[in-house]
Amino acid sequence: MDDKKASGLAGMETGYLDMELLRFSTAGSVDDGKSTLIGRLLYDSKSIFEDQLQSMREASSRMGDEGVNLALLTDGLRAEREQGITIDVAYRYFATPKRKFIIADTPGHIEYTRNMVTGASTADVAIVLVDARKGIVEQTKRHSYIASLLQIPNVILAINKMDLVNFSKDVFDAIQKEFEEITTILQFKKIYFIPISARDGDNVVYASANTPWYNGETLLGLLEKIPVHSNENSLPARFPVQYIIGSNNDKHPDYRGYAGRVSGGSFKVGEAILVLPSNKRSFIEAIHEGSKELNEAFTPQSVTIQLDGNIDINRGDMFVKFTAAYPRYSSTISLHVCWLNAVPLRIGGKYIVRQTTDETSAIVKDIRFKVNINTLENIEDDKTVNMNDIAHITIKTQKPLKYDDYSENRITGSLVLIDENTFETVGAGMIVSDPEVFSYNI
Amino acid sequence: MAHRKLNHLKELESESIFIIREVAAQFDRPALLFSGGKDSIVMAYMAYKAFYPAAIPFPFVHIDTGHNFEETLTYRDKLIKQLGAKLVVGSVEESIRHGRVGEEKGYYASRNKLQTVTLLDTLEKHGFDAALGGGRRDEEKARAKERFFSHRDEFGQWDPKNQRPELWNILNGKKHTGEHFRVFPISNWTEMDVWQYILQENIPLPSLYYTHQREVFERDQILYAALPPIPRKPTEKVEVRSVRCRTIGDITCTGLTLSTANTLEEIISEIAGSRVTERGGRLDDKRSETAMEDRKKEGYF
Repeated sequence: MDDKKASGLAGMETGYLDMELLRFSTAGSVDDGKSTLIGRLLYDSKSIFEDQLQSMREASSRMGDEGVNLALLTDGLRAEREQGITIDVAYRYFATPKRKFIIADTPGHIEYTRNMVTGASTADVAIVLVDARKGIVEQTKRHSYIASLLQIPNVILAINKMDLVNFSKDVFDAIQKEFEEITTILQFKKIYFIPISARDGDNVVYASANTPWYNGETLLGLLEKIPVHSNENSLPARFPVQYIIGSNNDKHPDYRGYAGRVSGGSFKVGEAILVLPSNKRSFIEAIHEGSKELNEAFTPQSVTIQLDGNIDINRGDMFVKFTAAYPRYSSTISLHVCWLNAVPLRIGGKYIVRQTTDETSAIVKDIRFKVNINTLENIEDDKTVNMNDIAHITIKTQKPLKYDDYSENRITGSLVLIDENTFETVGAGMIVSDPEVFSYNI
Repeated sequence: MAHRKLNHLKELESESIFIIREVAAQFDRPALLFSGGKDSIVMAYMAYKAFYPAAIPFPFVHIDTGHNFEETLTYRDKLIKQLGAKLVVGSVEESIRHGRVGEEKGYYASRNKLQTVTLLDTLEKHGFDAALGGGRRDEEKARAKERFFSHRDEFGQWDPKNQRPELWNILNGKKHTGEHFRVFPISNWTEMDVWQYILQENIPLPSLYYTHQREVFERDQILYAALPPIPRKPTEKVEVRSVRCRTIGDITCTGLTLSTANTLEEIISEIAGSRVTERGGRLDDKRSETAMEDRKKEGYF
């Protein structure tokens, strides 16, 4: 395999086997140019093929548009094309020689909050679009709040339609200042501001001659440079057991391996680990990725771990490093929940809980407050949580969960609520540790 | 210290293996839909990796239209033997014989649409409750809306407007009796990723993917194999050309690409320079703007 890499892949077209993967989300409505922006990124990075372009040309002329409507590229379902709206999360892909990109493209209206939350849950970067003529509006606050709630590490405020404000630096500066004021209450690791015109392509892929006062990166340039997965490997080590592999053939008699995906930090062969919740101690004997033996497994690798000794281990258990920072362990859990279903959340209602590979049931004890995501204020006197609402709630689980605060680990700190009868995924939860809940203690 | 970064292929592989293992953990009777095309070959390869050194804990299901390239079937049988997997074949020919479906007529006749009935019958007959498929979101605009775990009602149908939200890496495969799931572990891969992965992992492919001399004819600017399953119009003349398959379906819907690419490296640079999507050569998608969405709702792959 390495030989081939050296000999065959020197060419420009094939030379990028070692790209990184970056996932970003976009949120926006029909008028703020989000679909046009994505179309522009794909078009200018030459990720749109002739037959797609031809089919867009035909659809555009049927709908009476002149030229090619780049927005048509992202709307996939019949209803979406007919109504000219994005209903669901659409995933799009493109690559440059430096990175492969996955776009989670979501509709921006308040009734689609759940789709935005879904798209944001796996994103490394959020692009929030602002119409330069309108400045910061409710929708901007909403998208920013969701990006902050879902702990997307980087936010890019793309100030669009700069062509319609004569590429004015003053307009750009005023919007930046206003946004910085809002974000003092939201927490972002890093915010970037870019003046663009998605329609004409200014500062999207190519630097614009119309904004001589802007010295920063183009949008694509930034997406190619923002660090990804920068902190995952410095987190405390977490390995939720997903599946138990047993084999008893001639080559591998009495084989027992624990399959899973590293969900924080890393594990090395020979290290002492603790199995939660049984509190049994063991050592890592071997780590495999397929038939390949590894010395170390890190986030987000899918591997199989073999342990020393014979311990009873089940799906949903978790390996952590011995004496390192342990996860919290409790059956009373506080969380932010985004409600995903048309049937409202019920106080006293019982739901199935999925957290990492673990499953249990839970009763909703209390709705502490709802968040008005347009004004970013808490509402304490209204306790009905409908679809697309975000609330701070407390649940009591049937058995304790092993978890981290969502702000520390997006995988071990997240959960979903599932309806017991319809089996639909009805709630998305981000765990907020109470100060009174102590870490796992042995 | 080791370089603690995965390249994009390793990260995609890790995500796919996670999903394949989730299927084994959450379902009683899963199966892997195997067509003999590159996507299902990559799936088979990752399923092998996911459970090594144990055997793959589910059978492969091949829906055979009876119009397959011979090379596809030879490759299939060899791979199944190597992996020690079990194979279940659902035959469209048999569905026709039993009157479950009627053969299309005319020059454009294809068994592509009929496969859906055979597929659903096969899943039901064996009681499969999850079918792993190699569909990718970049292939087609309706597929771009698919979940990893895609719920199907008791009629095998997909309701794209009422799908379960999927957040983080939590997959909800809970279902009622009679319902099943389609699972798409390589949703996030592009055509280029698949080829690069095949190169990186050095996975052998059916010879159809490499250049070969073949009798072909042209219809609607697409080249097809001049083989019995496609009736030719008198004006369609046969010639021998150097071609290869960019995707493999059955003979009636597989467009051939003029190509001299003889190695994976050459194929990759050909695709990198290509200005047409891989499904540009698929007749089954050209029937209407929403051809794929319509077939998918009915229960297609």
